[in-house]
Formats: sequence, structure tokens, C-alpha cells
Amino acid sequence: MAEEKDKTKTESPFIEPGHTYGSITDKISSMILTRKTPLGWFIGFGIAFSLMMVLLFSITYLFMKGTGIWGLNIPVGWGFAIINFVWWIGIGHAGTLISAILLLFRQEWRTSINRFAEAMTLFAVAAAGIFPLIHMGRPWLFYWLMPYPNTMNLWPQFRSPLVWDVFAVSTYALVSLLFWYTGLVPDFGSLRDRAKNKFAQKAYGILSMGWRGSAIHWHRYETAYLLLAGLATPLVISVHTIVSFDFAMAIIPGWHATIFPPYFVAGAVYAGFAMVLTLIIPLRKVYGLQDFITIRHLRNMAKVMLATGLIVAYGYMMEAFTAWYSGSEYEQFMILNRMRGPYAPVFWALIICNVVVPQFLWFERFQSKVGALFAIAIVVNIGMWLERFIIVVTSLHRDFLPSSWGMYAGTFWDWSIYFGSIGLFFTLMFIFLRIMPAISIFEMRTLVKGSKKKIEN
Amino acid sequence: MPQLFHPSTNTFAKVSIFGAIFLIAAVLWVFLSIERSSYVTQAGVVREQPIPFSHRHHVSQLGIDCRYCHTTVEESNFAGIPPTKTCMACHSQIHATAEMLEPVRESWRTGKSLEWIRVHDLPDFVYFNHSIHVKKGVGCETCHGPVGKMALTWREKSLNMEWCLECHRAPEKFVRPRQFVFSMDWHPEIDQKILGEKIVKEYDINRLTNCSICHR
Repeated sequence: MAEEKDKTKTESPFIEPGHTYGSITDKISSMILTRKTPLGWFIGFGIAFSLMMVLLFSITYLFMKGTGIWGLNIPVGWGFAIINFVWWIGIGHAGTLISAILLLFRQEWRTSINRFAEAMTLFAVAAAGIFPLIHMGRPWLFYWLMPYPNTMNLWPQFRSPLVWDVFAVSTYALVSLLFWYTGLVPDFGSLRDRAKNKFAQKAYGILSMGWRGSAIHWHRYETAYLLLAGLATPLVISVHTIVSFDFAMAIIPGWHATIFPPYFVAGAVYAGFAMVLTLIIPLRKVYGLQDFITIRHLRNMAKVMLATGLIVAYGYMMEAFTAWYSGSEYEQFMILNRMRGPYAPVFWALIICNVVVPQFLWFERFQSKVGALFAIAIVVNIGMWLERFIIVVTSLHRDFLPSSWGMYAGTFWDWSIYFGSIGLFFTLMFIFLRIMPAISIFEMRTLVKGSKKKIEN
Repeated sequence: MPQLFHPSTNTFAKVSIFGAIFLIAAVLWVFLSIERSSYVTQAGVVREQPIPFSHRHHVSQLGIDCRYCHTTVEESNFAGIPPTKTCMACHSQIHATAEMLEPVRESWRTGKSLEWIRVHDLPDFVYFNHSIHVKKGVGCETCHGPVGKMALTWREKSLNMEWCLECHRAPEKFVRPRQFVFSMDWHPEIDQKILGEKIVKEYDINRLTNCSICHR
């Protein structure tokens, strides 16, 4: 143990030495204001934007034809839309965890990735939010989900977890947005002061809401930020718990399990960190941010991934154990059907992606090798999507009555909307990178030796 | 660096943040009001008919019973629109040459029905039955309003679902004894609450609020 502690001390720092307040501000603001936009940005944005157009086209076609263009049918009435929804919502979780929980635990290393991860949360929630809406038969009546004094004198079914979802996800989106924006205000102030052209000055000026950096501003800012962190912390747990209720409240074998909430929350954080790594590894390379996002950050994230991955693996194990221990033949059949049934290859691919491959993260060699880390993160992203596929499809496709069994497969439009949503996510991400500071400028300054926060600690 | 914004921006920012709440509330209120306005529901709007038929004249001044024309109201879901024959029973003798009644005579000659414009048209996804409402003591005027005062007919109520539920959730507030169902301008002699509860018990009126009672 003592040895390991020593090692952490000698390990690469959270910010490479030699940086001053000025150099940090220069470097991050130059990404937006002065430096030429790298070629990688244009290529990435072009691809993402094209994919987003695919999404728009597919949704237009969907609205013209109805959900019949998807592979949905009885018995599998929940297909890609729900899989993608849960996948995206899960990805969002890392942002809130990094920004709120790690802040409250005073984990300094969050500083250089929190802004980015929060943005990722917002865009992931935006991508997730599309799916429940387009999954409706009459999407133009989406507002029926909200309780309002309508002329039918009807209220949503408050006993339904789908309604809880509406509140959970919208609260989550709102709090994440507020948290993200509050954190950005001082940086918008810096950008306003550094911007050269009139339009940028005005735009950042409006966004910074008159930020002058006075002591009273900072005082209020710190209070607000802490309060928002407190508000966001329970959301990390609650949102995915409620998403898991969509399944756990049903009596379908494979869904009706008490382990679902913690297992979903761990899965969400797992997927989220995988996505942060997927995004941040190319980002630090393209923008040359290796001295801000150091190997130590990547290693920390890899460790979080490993830990949550193990919880998820425990979840899989418990699913199988509970099925056996319950003595319920339907539960037992469900597990055997997952392992040996028509979707067995998907199940085993999921086990390889989510359980086997991440075990490489035990070794320092893989933790600090950027390429390996990137590969593992991608594998986990895929694995988490497969997990939701397995949960949604295998439970539904063979339930209690063999006469109602059926098979499910996504159609062209299922896939086009899925990939399109990835396009939407990345388009938003690229726009964010271009116009907003991807790394919190003023928080990075606190990492410089001799700054106030350092002394305090 | 010159000042980016005029000092008045401060006031503007404060007002906009404060006002946003009221603005959102106002927009919601406007939408909900429009939904309930007679512009959308057509309540209280007189529909133009092929003949300016006056319920006031026929019901209040002449004292014709509702069922003389709406014959099936007690045994069918549809109250019934009278055939031209019903009109001609009187109008072959009274006002037999009135200019205004020419469409009725024409219909009588050609056998082609008069095309009345329907005033109370429920959506097709709603099942509604007149006979059961009449039998349980719901007066004509409870839903159709003071028909005896309508020179030209309008729809009195919005026909919104919240209006249906108002009675389905608390029928005692609206029901009356069966013998007064077809009366106009009826008022309970004792407190409606006491009378209503008595009638609910006596006629075995249930609070039917299950979705599939009406949306079958």
C-alpha cells in the first residue's frame, strides 16, 4: 500500500509543469478565438453533420409512414427506440458524476474534463430525448405526457414509470443545463474580454450575463455552483433508477428484478466514462491538450470504468443466480434462452465487450496506453448498447406463452435513426468545441501551483 | 476597450429574467383559454340552417313536447331528427304558403330530405346513448341549455370531455326526477344536493368514469 501511495505522488500531475494563469487562458481561449480550426474538426463535423441529416430524413419518413417502418411488432413492442434511449441516457451519466459528485468529493482531477463531460451529458440527453417522442404513435401529442389542465380533464397515469421517466429525464436535462451554464459564465467573461470581433464580443457578453469577476460575483458563483452540485448529485442515482423502473415494474421475466436500479446506474456510469474516453482521446490529440488532460486523467477514468464494469458484471451474475434461485421456470428459461437461444451470439458478444475486455484495465500498461484505452472504451460503448438490446429484446421475444413467441430485428430505418442520433450528438459536440471553452479556464487556473485553492488544501 | 453594452442593458436583463416566468405562464394561459373558447368549441354560436327554425316558437310559445319531433330519444342512442312529414303535419294547414317554409314543401314534393346542419356532433370515437341519460333523470336542458329560449339553435355546452366528466364524476349535482326530464326551466323545490343524492340512490345511478364506458 505504502508503495502505491508513493507511486501516485510521483505519477504525472493533473497539469504539466510550467503553466501560469496566463498560459492556461491563452491556450484554452485560443482554441476558439485565434487558432486556426484544425482540419480534424472540419472532417469530423462534416461526417457528423451528414449523419444528422440522415436522422432528419429518417424521422421525416417515420412521421410520414408511422412506426411500421421499424422492426417493432408483437411480441417485441419495444425495440431500438428504447434501446437507444437507455443507451444515450446512460452515456450522459458520467458528466453529472464528474461534475457534481467528484466536485463534492474534492477530486481535483475532474477540473480538466468536467466542462467537456457536462456538455456530453447535455447532448446525450438531447439524443436520448428524441427516442421516446418518435416512439409514440402520434408524436404530435407528446405534450399529453405533461400534467396540465386540459379540456379532457385527464391527467397522466402517475402510477406508470413511463410518466416518472418524463419527470426524471426533464429534470435531469434542466439541472445539467443549469450546472453547465453556471460553470461557463466566468469563462464567457474571459472570452468576451479576449474576443477581437464585435459579434463575438456581443455574443459572449450576453452569455456572460455581465460577469465582471468581482469578489461578490465569485462569492455568489461559488454558492450557486455548490448548490447546483448538491442538486445534481441525487440525479446521478435517480435518473437511471427510474429508467430501470420502466423495466423492473413490469412482470416480464428478465425485467422484474430488484437488482435493476443499482445495476442500471453502474452501467450508466460505465458507459458514460467509456464515452468520455472515446471523445477525449482524439480531442487531446487534435488540439494538443496533452498537458491539460494528462495520462493521469485517463488512468483515473480507466479505474472508474473498471470499478463500474465490475459492478455491471456482478449484475449479470446476479441475474443468472436469481433466475436459478427463484425456481421460477420462466426466469430460468429466460436466462437459458439468452445464453443458448437465437440471440445467444449477441449475449456472448455483450459478455466479451463488457466483462472480458475491460479486465485489461487491471494492468497499468493498458491504463496508460492511449490507443489501448481508446479501443477498450469503444468496445465498452458497443457492449453497453448490446446489453440494452439483450434486456429489451430477449425478455420480450419469448415470454410466458410459446404461441406468442417471435423474433425481432432492426430494419434499415431502425439503424439509420440510431446512427443518425450519433450524428446529432457529434454535431452538437463539434459546435460546442468550436464556440465554447471545452476545458474550464478558471478552474484550470486553480491547479497552478501557489493558487488559492492549492494553499487551502 | 469601449463599453460593449449600454447601461440600460442591466435593467433589460433583470426584467427579462423576471418576466420570463410570467411570459411562459401567460402563453400557457392563452393556449388553455383558446382551447376552451367558443371559437374552438362553437358553444353559443348559432349555426345557420336551411330554414330559420325557432325552438323558442315551437317549444315555449306553442308548448310542443321535445318527443313530438325527437321521437327516439327514449329508446335509442340517437334522439332523432324529424322527417319532413312531421313538419307537414301542421304546416300543410298552418302557414301553408309562407315563403320561409318553401324548402319544407319542396322536400315534401320531391321526397328529398331537408339537410339540417347538426348542432351537437360528438366525435366518432365517443359512444353516446340518449335513452340511458333520459332514463337516469338527465334533463334535456341540462345538456342542451334553454332550448325554449333559442330563436335559432346554438350549442349550449362545449362538449369537451371535461364537461362530460363534470356530471359523470358527480351526477347528483345534475339529475332531476324523471317526470321533469322534458321540462324547460325546471328548478328543484328542495336543495339539489339532497334531491340529487336521493335520485342517485333511487335510479341506481353509477359514477361511470371508466375510459371504455364512452371510448368503446
